[in-house]
Amino acid sequence: MSSSTNTPTHHTSTIGSIGTPSRRNTELALLVFAVLIPVFAYANVGLAIDEKVPAGLLSYGLGLGLIAGVAHLGVRKFAPYADPLLLPLATLLNGLGLVMIWRLDQSKLLQSLPNFAQAAPRQLMYTALGIGLFVAVLIFLKDHRVLQRYTYISMFGALILLLLPLVPGLGANIYGAKIWISIPGLGTLQPGEFAKIILAVFFAGYLMVKRDALALASRRFMGLYLPRGRDLGPILVVWFVSILILVFETDLGTSLLFFGMFVIMLYVATERTSWIVFGLLMSAVGAVGVASFEPHIQTRVQAWLNPLHEYKLSQAGTHDGILHSEQAMQALWAFGSGGTLGTGWGQGHSELIRFAANSDFILASFGEELGLAGIMAILVIYGLIVERGIRTALAARDPFGKLLAVGLSGGFALQVFVVAGGVMGLIPLTGMTMPFVAYGGSSVIANWALMGILIRISDTARRPAPAPAPSPDAEMTQVVRP
Amino acid sequence: MNKPLRRIAIFCGLLVLALLIRDNYIQYVQADSLRTDTLNRRVAIERYATPRGDIIVDGNPITGATKSAKSGINDFEYKRTYKDGAMWAPVTGYASQAFGATQLESIEDGILTGNDDRLFFRNTLDMITGKKKQGGNVVTTLNAAAQKAAYQGLLKQGKGAVAAIDPETGAILALASTPSYDPSTFAGNSSSVDSKAWTKLQKKNNPDDPTLNRALRETYPPGSTFKVVTAAAALQNGLYTSADQKTNSPLPYTLPNTKTELKNEGSIPCKDASMRIALRYSCNTVFGKIGADLGKDKMLSEAEKFGFNAEQFTPVRSNASVFPKSMDKPQTALSSIGQFETAATPLQMAMVASAVANDGTLMKPYMVDKLQAPSLDVISQTEPQKMSEPLSKDNAQILQSMMETVVKEGTGTKAQIPGVTVGGKTGTAQHGVANSENPYAWFISYAKLADGSSPVAVAVVVEDESANRDDISGGGLAAPIARSVMKAVIDSKK
Repeated sequence: MSSSTNTPTHHTSTIGSIGTPSRRNTELALLVFAVLIPVFAYANVGLAIDEKVPAGLLSYGLGLGLIAGVAHLGVRKFAPYADPLLLPLATLLNGLGLVMIWRLDQSKLLQSLPNFAQAAPRQLMYTALGIGLFVAVLIFLKDHRVLQRYTYISMFGALILLLLPLVPGLGANIYGAKIWISIPGLGTLQPGEFAKIILAVFFAGYLMVKRDALALASRRFMGLYLPRGRDLGPILVVWFVSILILVFETDLGTSLLFFGMFVIMLYVATERTSWIVFGLLMSAVGAVGVASFEPHIQTRVQAWLNPLHEYKLSQAGTHDGILHSEQAMQALWAFGSGGTLGTGWGQGHSELIRFAANSDFILASFGEELGLAGIMAILVIYGLIVERGIRTALAARDPFGKLLAVGLSGGFALQVFVVAGGVMGLIPLTGMTMPFVAYGGSSVIANWALMGILIRISDTARRPAPAPAPSPDAEMTQVVRP
Repeated sequence: MNKPLRRIAIFCGLLVLALLIRDNYIQYVQADSLRTDTLNRRVAIERYATPRGDIIVDGNPITGATKSAKSGINDFEYKRTYKDGAMWAPVTGYASQAFGATQLESIEDGILTGNDDRLFFRNTLDMITGKKKQGGNVVTTLNAAAQKAAYQGLLKQGKGAVAAIDPETGAILALASTPSYDPSTFAGNSSSVDSKAWTKLQKKNNPDDPTLNRALRETYPPGSTFKVVTAAAALQNGLYTSADQKTNSPLPYTLPNTKTELKNEGSIPCKDASMRIALRYSCNTVFGKIGADLGKDKMLSEAEKFGFNAEQFTPVRSNASVFPKSMDKPQTALSSIGQFETAATPLQMAMVASAVANDGTLMKPYMVDKLQAPSLDVISQTEPQKMSEPLSKDNAQILQSMMETVVKEGTGTKAQIPGVTVGGKTGTAQHGVANSENPYAWFISYAKLADGSSPVAVAVVVEDESANRDDISGGGLAAPIARSVMKAVIDSKK
């Protein structure tokens, strides 16, 4: 089974090693399924819409297979002990997303909209770029701990990325949220997706250094450990920046994701429940405060509380251009019309959601055509990715790796929850995209990079021999006060 | 750090669990109400995704379906078409992609689209065998020849309506209304063609209100035709026991408790006239006095036995005809000659004639004979139902002989058909303040064949353009239409 040729060294390390088999062949077998399922789905859509197997089936199948193969070879070569589930799960989601995007490309209604362009070919290209970045991460990031060095650079990088959309002339206001920047000749970019990863690196690096200070230097008050004022500094800064994003970019999703990720990592780093209490309090204060004067957020909340009413208003033309209020109801109808088993791929009418059917609302498109069964499967796949990510954090031997892995997977989980919850009407809509399945270059590329980092950490964690340069300093420096 | 990590893992699991629960709620618990929400455009898309089943008259479909013009974003596959749409509109209603459906098209939508629960088993079988879903058919009771006679007769006169019933079953044979509209003109959803046609038909743009179904939904003062009901009440309550018994009625007749004199049209022999004579000449004085003598309660109870003050569901709803429930004596007298607040739909007056023709038994009017599955199997068959018994058999035959006199030698001679016994009653109802507007010319009648069977009863109302105040205009304008409808039914029986 194992393709490894490592000599059995049998180091008995105090940190228990997790299973020696590399599981690369397991990954390959799973990948075959992850490619075959979307290929069958693609054929299914073609049969349903045109009553013939689509002409591009072979090239599409080969394309997806090739991309998956490259990714697999990359993992086999550069991260042989990585978690075998992460890559197939992400590939499956990406492949299903491509099929749905291609299916929506066939819709006459969407084709009649202004600015229509086939989205599936571009999404396939973005996927290829994403896999390219994924392999590049595996090649160039030999050890994730290297990233510690870039803690503060990461902070600046993330702040710049997050604030770029506010730069006049660069930022683009698309449907009410200023979360895009337009680069002439290249199109638009959603910096928030990349900032998510870079921020996780910064938080991990920062918290690894400060965790003891944050955890220990506190007073006990009413059963809670109250942090010292100066230790509250970073959390206040993060809180403030997330409020800035919420106010100036009217992007509830990114600010929630960003702050939530920080609280999760803070909690893991300090093991102090009080930080969670503070985090929740501050996010509540921030959200309510901003919602009280920001009309865009208010509309979202209205559309969440009473989607039918908002739909009728938008039909009557009393709303000034905030299309999401109509889409919330359209999404619910799509879900309801799908029912338990769905209409079947290609046989629904998700195009009624209009332009966002393949991006923000792709989950509703899935809900209609694959039904409750399909959505539950997709949610479980996301759940598995997240839990494999946290498993990686548990297995990681260094605190930085643990923090980074939990930050990335926790952020991923929050994003899935915020988007899916928004589309399903569980929470107000935020306008982020489902990782891997939704149309969008930034999202696909960034999430493949995220997978690359997780796979790198899991490779290091599961590698039977201790890492090549086990630096005890990493643990030591934490106790040494700077 | 592993303890908080495990908690985070549980927290993430809870997030996914919350999503799963929410998903089950909207896609399982709420699914049906969301799926069938009328604002959900999928409902309309589904309705027009397959050719609708047909509405059938005399074995021939009067509707059809055609592929919609595929203009990019039109997501409705099939469009409804109509044959002789204007003639059949009061029966079919319309099914428009843009403006919804009415009447039979709406009431039997489930059968016509094939979505009815009663078709579920067949649909499932079809799905397994790979057949495309099809709509079922609605087989009506209408008689194409009678409908044509009614519609063309009305067209000559302008505005009006006809309702014809088979007295023995209650089956509706004709239901015409003019001016009419062709539902084909707005069956699609193009804003340049269909919307324009639709807008033009709306009452505010077209004072003639062509989309009004005058046979079922318009109530007119029935005028002298209501005297048939009054005569029935007199017979049933034993006020007079035969057609030729002299009535105790003065001329002129002063309305009780007033100084107002009730007049007749022209100088006709109404003093102490028998009911036969009074009906033949249409004496207001005689029937006004009968109504006042019987009193409000007896008149009301008889009128309601004929179907007044209740909506009829054929299954298309007809408006309730009105016989006032509270009135004083002089008002009762006026109501009894079809004036004051008395108002009737053409269907209601056809029911009156049919009850008399059917020896006193009123059958429930209906226009759907059966519903068929796409395979032509019968899903449901309407059985004729007795509605009430406004007259005893003997009294019905007395009334028949009176109505037959009207046609033989009275105001209704224009309804005579050689070799057929016809009974009828004319009417001219004044309306408008101080009779300022054109009166309505009425004629109700039935035909009896030599074997004693009665195949048709009919009511015709013409919104009289020639403004003849004379009671004769009911006989002049409406009776010929009634005659041609009756003749069409009798001819088609041969």
